[in-house]
Amino acid sequence: MRTATPGRIEIALSGSIASFPLDTRFSVPAKGVAAIFGPPGCGKTAVARCIAGLERLPAGFCAIDGEVWQDKTTFRPPHLRPIGYVSQEASLFPHLSVRRNLLYGAPKPKPTPIAFDEVLELLDLAPLLDRSPSHLSGGERQRVAMGRALLSQPRLLVMDEPLGALDSCAKREILPFVERLPEKLALPMIYIGRDMAEIERFADHLVMMERGMVTAAGPLHVLQTDPALPLAASREAAISLDGVVSGYDGRYGLLILRLKGARLLVPAPPLAPGVHQRLRIAACDVSVAREAPRAGSILNVFPARIRACLPLGAAEITLVLALGTGGSGTEILARITRFSFDSLGLKDGVDVFAQLKHVSLLSASEPPLQTIPASTPTADPGDRQATPRRETRSSAREASGIFLSLHSCGATHVT
Amino acid sequence: MDGFSPEIWQSLGLTIELASVTTVILLIVGTPLAWWLARSKSLWTEAVATMIALPLVLPPTVLSFYLLALLGPNGPVGLLASLWGGRTLAFTFAGLVVGSVLSALPLVVQPIRNTFAAMGDRPLEIAATLRASPLYAFFTVALPLARPGLLTAAVLGFAHTIGTFGVVLMIGGNIPGRTKVLSAFLFDFVQESRWREASWLAGAMLMFAVAVVLALTLIDKYSRRRST
Repeated sequence: MRTATPGRIEIALSGSIASFPLDTRFSVPAKGVAAIFGPPGCGKTAVARCIAGLERLPAGFCAIDGEVWQDKTTFRPPHLRPIGYVSQEASLFPHLSVRRNLLYGAPKPKPTPIAFDEVLELLDLAPLLDRSPSHLSGGERQRVAMGRALLSQPRLLVMDEPLGALDSCAKREILPFVERLPEKLALPMIYIGRDMAEIERFADHLVMMERGMVTAAGPLHVLQTDPALPLAASREAAISLDGVVSGYDGRYGLLILRLKGARLLVPAPPLAPGVHQRLRIAACDVSVAREAPRAGSILNVFPARIRACLPLGAAEITLVLALGTGGSGTEILARITRFSFDSLGLKDGVDVFAQLKHVSLLSASEPPLQTIPASTPTADPGDRQATPRRETRSSAREASGIFLSLHSCGATHVT
Repeated sequence: MDGFSPEIWQSLGLTIELASVTTVILLIVGTPLAWWLARSKSLWTEAVATMIALPLVLPPTVLSFYLLALLGPNGPVGLLASLWGGRTLAFTFAGLVVGSVLSALPLVVQPIRNTFAAMGDRPLEIAATLRASPLYAFFTVALPLARPGLLTAAVLGFAHTIGTFGVVLMIGGNIPGRTKVLSAFLFDFVQESRWREASWLAGAMLMFAVAVVLALTLIDKYSRRRST
């Protein structure tokens, strides 16, 4: 019998759900955000449903932080799994107010690790409390669904494309809240998405899926720079990393961030030393030079070694660079033309200078000085339900339809 | 109205009592039945649904005939009744309730079943991910969401029982004070050519039917507005 490892989320699913074959195995730390990424129809949602216990594959294994939820002999029904589940539609209960939706899954004894007021503040829900779900926008509904899932005091949050059904405007509205969750709550989270731009902002681990199978799994940054995977070779290639704040140059307003093999200067508001700041470096913002530029406006220039060269179309090449002298540091990506590649005589193992034209700081709008201490127990929301309303409506219509037909029928037969 | 004898007021009370008892039983029996019909994937559902729907197409006399055979002193239920001292259910109020429940069952089960089916799995799945046991989810999510269907079903069941006639005559036996309900009274008035009383009673029952249909329309409209 397979045993569960504390500190890991271990999933092994094989079989088929509605004739869709699934053979998915992965293990990620039960800490931080693990993103499951793949094209539509690759079985991501099926995986989420299996973890929640909403689908049952006979040959499945599911263990969360040392606790077996499913194996050959065990199957915990969904209501006995401490999970917070948020899906694409918010699926709020239409017959309950926002407040009662939020409290639906909250345990009755009062002192809970994830407090009601904390969730209200985190998701800015206070103004919505006494409204009916039918009077909320899509983004608001999704926030309520997240709050409701968090208040059920989960030990794992599963978010299945929580932004999938939202328009880009609502997405922009809600993304900061999603980003804030992992930062504020020490709750492991599985985030399912098909938009790398979202995942890059807050995921720590990545599981890539295709046609029901896992094609790669590992720390996000490692997969982003893996020459064998499609991420590094894509046009939107970028790396995301957590840098550590090591100082601030107040005269010029530059934040100093330390990475392995580099010390970045980024124009930004000050942050407390030691704070971890998520940053993103796009391949197209990095260029290379054979010699150290003597005078230039680019602040962040570091020695680096070429680790791999990936052709991108006919005219461009994406380089995987390891920062630091001798290439012992963090790996980043650089996009250059094939012309420059040939004229500079570049190839694997060549030492160059990487010039970082732009480094974006993610979720920098949130002053991290206010970060809730890590001692706050974890929790995460995740639920959504927008459809029951629509469903109720159609059911009412159908019921009345049947009434008319049956009524005339009944009347005939009574007389 | 002075032409109405005390018997007719007694009959009105009896009619309302019959309809109320029948409606309560219909909801208690019909709701779990509709739930099972809407959610079970068993092949039996269609067989059971057919059985339940039969009273819609069967002449009430046929239904009553079989019920009499079942409930009468020599029928299986009659024999069973004799165990607790009863002699028969035929020509009793209890027998009338059984007949009314069976003949109104399809009218009650259908709207509830449709509501449950239209609700889909999602609300219950969401409830389950919020630690709601299936029973708790049924009472806190499924039933409240099915309220329009339940209301429709209750009104239909009540109104149908008020108007029931064939079953009354066959099973009830039209015994004043025990099984003689309004529709049977109307029949007697017409038989005896008491047109004035007959038209009063028929008019009252017509108004009642109009009120029922209006109520159903309003329920439907209200629940739709709530859901938008």
